[in-house]
Formats: sequence, structure tokens, C-alpha cells
Amino acid sequence: MTPEQSIPDHLLSILVRDEPRVLTRITALFGRRGYNIKSLSVGTTEHPGVSRMTIVVSGDRGVVEQAIRQLEKLHDVVKIIDHSLEKYVDRELVLVKVAINPDTRVEVRQIAEDFRSRIVDVGRHALTFEVTGDEGKITAFVEQLRPFGILETMRTGRIALTRGSNADIPGHVYHSGETQALHPTLPAEPREERAREVPNMF
Amino acid sequence: MNGARALWATLASHGISTVFGYPGGAIMPVYDALTFYPEVRHVLTRHEQGAAHAAEGWAKATGELGVCMATSGPGATNLVTGLADAMLDSVPLLAITGNVASHLMGTDAFQEADITGITLPITKHNYVVRDVAELPRVVAEAIRIARSGRPGPVLVDIPKDIQLAAYHGEIPAPQARPEAPAPSSEAIARARELLRGARKPVLMVGGGSLDAAAEITALARAWDMPVITTLMGLGTFPASDPLWLGMPGMHGSVAANRAISEADVLLGIGLRFDDRVTGRVSGFAPQAAIIHVDLDAAEIGKIVRTHVPVRGDAALAARALAQEAQPPPRAEWHAQLRDWQARTETPAHWGAGYAVKAVVERLHPDDLLSSDVGQHQMLAAQLARFEKPRRWINSGGLGTMGFGLPAAIGAGMAEPGVRSVVIAGDGGFQMTAQELATLKMYDIRNVKICIINNSYLGMVRQWQELFHEKRYSEVWLGDSNPDFLKLADAYDVPGYRARTAEELPGAIAAWLADPKSALLEVVVPHEHGVFPMVPAGAALSEMIETEPARPGAPTPEASEA
Repeated sequence: MTPEQSIPDHLLSILVRDEPRVLTRITALFGRRGYNIKSLSVGTTEHPGVSRMTIVVSGDRGVVEQAIRQLEKLHDVVKIIDHSLEKYVDRELVLVKVAINPDTRVEVRQIAEDFRSRIVDVGRHALTFEVTGDEGKITAFVEQLRPFGILETMRTGRIALTRGSNADIPGHVYHSGETQALHPTLPAEPREERAREVPNMF
Repeated sequence: MNGARALWATLASHGISTVFGYPGGAIMPVYDALTFYPEVRHVLTRHEQGAAHAAEGWAKATGELGVCMATSGPGATNLVTGLADAMLDSVPLLAITGNVASHLMGTDAFQEADITGITLPITKHNYVVRDVAELPRVVAEAIRIARSGRPGPVLVDIPKDIQLAAYHGEIPAPQARPEAPAPSSEAIARARELLRGARKPVLMVGGGSLDAAAEITALARAWDMPVITTLMGLGTFPASDPLWLGMPGMHGSVAANRAISEADVLLGIGLRFDDRVTGRVSGFAPQAAIIHVDLDAAEIGKIVRTHVPVRGDAALAARALAQEAQPPPRAEWHAQLRDWQARTETPAHWGAGYAVKAVVERLHPDDLLSSDVGQHQMLAAQLARFEKPRRWINSGGLGTMGFGLPAAIGAGMAEPGVRSVVIAGDGGFQMTAQELATLKMYDIRNVKICIINNSYLGMVRQWQELFHEKRYSEVWLGDSNPDFLKLADAYDVPGYRARTAEELPGAIAAWLADPKSALLEVVVPHEHGVFPMVPAGAALSEMIETEPARPGAPTPEASEA
């Protein structure tokens, strides 16, 4: 096992106020404190004014706990979900452009079919596939295609959601009715709650 | 009402009485509006860094919000050091900066700097106000963030057009401070359990305990535990109490560092285990079970392993821990502590330590004592005997040279009836010496400046001596130092000087008796170290207790010649 593989990955969802510079604030915190971001996806949510980031951070449990606590102090952070403490679904989307010739075309298409991949672009010398799935499936797909000659790939980074209905999740953004996320006097409860949930600490 | 007036109205409604600042092009509407708000005093410093440190001095002395103000670009960037200083020392600070008009932002306009980008990692939070309708709310929120929880600096950047735009809304009233979080009863119970079994406990308190001094004192006495106060926590426990062991860490006392190294339970309250406190972390309190009480969850477990984490307010935690105290008999531990306490050497020979001791001995418990950064700072921290919290104004986390004089001015303006003494070195003093003009302009009478002049950047020189085989690279100031008394005289500040131990008492007496703010220069031997010292990277138990002999070093008399 290489040292890289021995460092576990942690999946965090971070709900943030959709303010200027919020992405800089988050990534600067990771950068300054030396936490390694392996993947980062950002998008809007069902609530106006709230964005959601999925961050994969590598490090031992202590590093991740410290990262979460530092993030909790940021004024723009509304809620953090540490997916290692909950059941979740995660997905990643990848576009893979693979070289083909008359001899390999059929075989490549067969592999893609086996992975339930869709062809999104057809060229004379290349096919571009779209695959969604968990990290393992995508890695396996890419490895299957590698011998044919991969020309380009782009992975979106992982995104995740907690399983179950929103009612299962404590916190403010999931309250029924209007979101309180942008309320100027947002109470600190969800952050304290999160802190208590971190094992062995509180 | 325009945005600038709404700003002053909001500050006034929050009880802000004093703002330290410096005007410039992009904040002129704010300075224009100032003339309509006589209830807020603006103090013109001679450099924006002075304004930031003065606001810090104000905040450190009172525990209340300090406010500073600057224009865009160079004005704003001159605040950066003060903001970083306030961040590391958890000082409630509000910085207001002007910026170029909104439509010019991002175009590299004249005097434009991305100050929110620049200060992002050194503020608790920062804002650019993009709509005048938001301005008072943002300022009120900034004040709340700066003061609540673990305090810190917040910056509000206001483009010039927003200052001039019409505002028709309300002026927000101050919000009540959120209630301090109480520690969980399980955590308190586990901590008490540890204390009950402790044969060699120590209580270590930092800057987060300053407003819990009464509770900390009661806690220590209830459990019959010795107390160590960090550089930031000096004054939290009365120095006259026999349970006080002094300061820990790099220049900590023998008793404090030995006690930490031997302790079986270490109860830390409101401190963040800075590397200058811990030394090599693996050698810090190697035998102790550590109980860490802190408001900021991120501090717990950040540096040292923590056996009982207690998240909550220092005063509430100390009060809870003091209840049901059942200290086991600890005669052996106390005997050991007394032995170590006896090892504290007082500087008997003429030098920086002797001079600092002579000054701090003359202080009243109510006096404010500021320091700049360097050897004199560590000597003052070692030798001053604080009976009360918030009397020690010092740049702990950032170690900012130039901090002392402006901070002493800010603290002195916050408490005009109290003497505000500052001990500085000849190096640091010259970084913000222009603030003597602030003393003159406002006829401030309670600031007493003492310069310990060894003609060196003394702390750097000490490290060069110990770790770089005495290659004194770029630390000699003696040839170029000004005549400090003439410099003071240029600003109408009376000056006094002592060159020998014999001259010192008379000079101190005249300096303190002067009805005006005054400057005392104490010329001391060039080479003099601060000890005890734990070398960087060493464990506290590897402390050098006393100054090593200096074979071949010139005697003070010879080097004076």
C-alpha cells in the first residue's frame, strides 16, 4: 500500500451563504491550514442564497475534525455534514474521450454498454462517453478503456447527499417553510450540534 | 442622510465613543460626516498601523470593541498588521475602510487595493458594502461578530459612492451579546473526577480567561492547585498568591515549566497551547491527563492531545469545576513547587532585567503596562506582578514590534485616570515613534514611555549568540539610534535618562512624577539575555535556567566605553 492510498478520504457537504468570495474563504482555509482537497464540487441548492459544496478531503480523523471545526467558525458556513457519520449517496460524472479505429470501435462500444455509459460525441477517430457513478465504477471504466488510448478525461468531482428524507437531518436549512439560512441572526445551534456529534470529543 | 452619516449613527448607537484613524481620498465622505457626530471622538494617529494598535490597546484594557478607520489602498493595507495581531490575540476590533467607487473596483483604480481579499485570512469576517441600504445592518453585524464568542477583528470596506448614497432606513440598535455557552455537565463531571485523583495538578490559564479572573481564583483555591498564567493570561490570577507559579513556555519561570513537565493533571482554561508555550509538543506535560476548556471548539485537540474536552465559557466552567471540590492532600507537591519557586532569580546586576524590574516594581495594581516586542517584553512579563486582569497590554500571538506605544496610547485614552506605562526597546519604539505626535495633539498626560536601550535588536541578537555562534547579523542599532530625549523633546514630551543603576531610581521617580506623558531612556549594557529560556524545538524540561557564562565577553563597563 502506498502512503497516498493509506490516507483515507472524507466526504463533506458544506452549505454556505451564496456571498462573494465564499469559495475563496473555504479553499483559503484549507490551503492555509494544509488540508488537502482531493475534489471540490459547488452548486446551487433548492434554497435561494445557499450554495452547496461537496469536498473530499484526505487526512486522518483528527485532520478532518479540525477542518470541520475551523469551517464551522466561518460566518458564511451554514451547515456542515460529515458523510462518514451518516448514510449517503454519492456520484461523480466523467467525460472520457477514447481513441478508436475500425478494429476497436465495436469492443469499445461494448465496454461502454457494460458500464451503462452513454456516448455523447462520435468522431471518426474518437468516441466520448459520459459515465456517472461512484468513484470505483468510474475508475474501473477508465481502466478498461485505457489500453485503447484515452485522449482526454474530465471528472466533475464527487457530489453527495444524505440518504432518507430531509426530516431526518437536524439543522436549519431543512426546516419546513422559508429558509433561515440567510437570516442575519442565524443561531449557532447547528454548529454546536455538529460538534457534539463528533465522537470522542464532546 | 447619506451612507457616511448612517455609519456614524450606527457606531454611535452601539456606544462607540472613540475611533482611531487616518483620513484619505476614498473615505472623505465619512470624515465629512464625522463633523456632525460630536458624540464620537476621532483620534488622528500618525500612521494607520498606529490606529489599529491603539484600537487594540483600547480593547485589551477594557474588553470592549476597539474601532479603527483608514482610507483605501495604502491606508487599508497599513491596517493589516494590526488586524493580524488582533486575530491571533482574539481582540474585538472593527476596522472601517473606504474604497474606490463601486464602478472603479476591480479596475486597478488609483489607491485601490483588494482589502477584503488581503485580510481574508486575518479577520474573523469581512465585508464589502455594495448597497447603502445594507450599510448599517452590515456594520451592526460586524460589531456583533467581533464581540461575540471568541472575539476577533472584522473589517467593513465601504466604496466611496456608497458613503455618498442616500440612506432612508432605520439605524439598528445594538443586539444583546449571545449567551455564553455553558459546558456540559458530563464533561465537568469527568474533569472533577480527574482532579479528585490528581496528586500533582496544575491549572493553566490564558487570554480566554481574562474575564473570569474571580472564578479562576476561586477554582484554584477550592482545589488547592497551583496556577500558571500564560503571556496572554497574566493578571488572571493574583501574582501575590503563593499558588501562582508564573508564566510557562519559552521564557517561562522555572516553577511553571517544571510543574507542567511533572504534572499528572493539567487543567487548561481559555488558552490555545501556542508553540511558545508548549515547546516541543511531544515533550509537553508528558505525564499529564489534559483537561482543556475553551469557547472555540477548533482549539480543543488542535495542538495537544486532550483527555477531557470541555467546550464552554471560561467563567461558567471555572465556577462549575469549583463546586464539590475535594482536593486530596498534596503536601509533597506543594513542597516541590516551593523549591522550584525559590529558583527564580531576580536580576541583581545592572542590565535590561535590572532596569525593567526597577520600573515594574514602581507600578500600582491599577496601572496599565504595555510592552513592545522583544527582550524587554519577556523581561516585563517575567518580572511584573499583576494582581488584576486587563492591565497587561501586549502583542502575544503575532509578536508585533511597534505595538507598544500606540497600544499604550489607546489603553491610556480608554482609562484617562490610570497610568499607562509602556516598556519598549530601542528597535521597536522606532517602528511607531511618530505616535508621539498623537500624545502631543491630544495632550494625553498618562502615558509613560520607558525605552530599554541596549543598542541592539536584543532578542534576535540573543538567538544569534546562542544558535548562530555570535554572528551578529544586522542587529546593531547603536550607530544610528536617535537621541531619544531630543526626539521626545521635538514632540514636547519631557525626557529622562539613566545610564547606571545609581541614576535609575531618581530618573524613574522624576519620570513618573512628571505631570505630562514622559519618556525615560534607560541605557543598558549591549549584551544581556533573557533567561530562563527553552530553545525553539526543545521540550519545556530542557529549559536553560540561567544565563550561560560569557567567557571573553566584554564587561558592561568595557562595552560602555
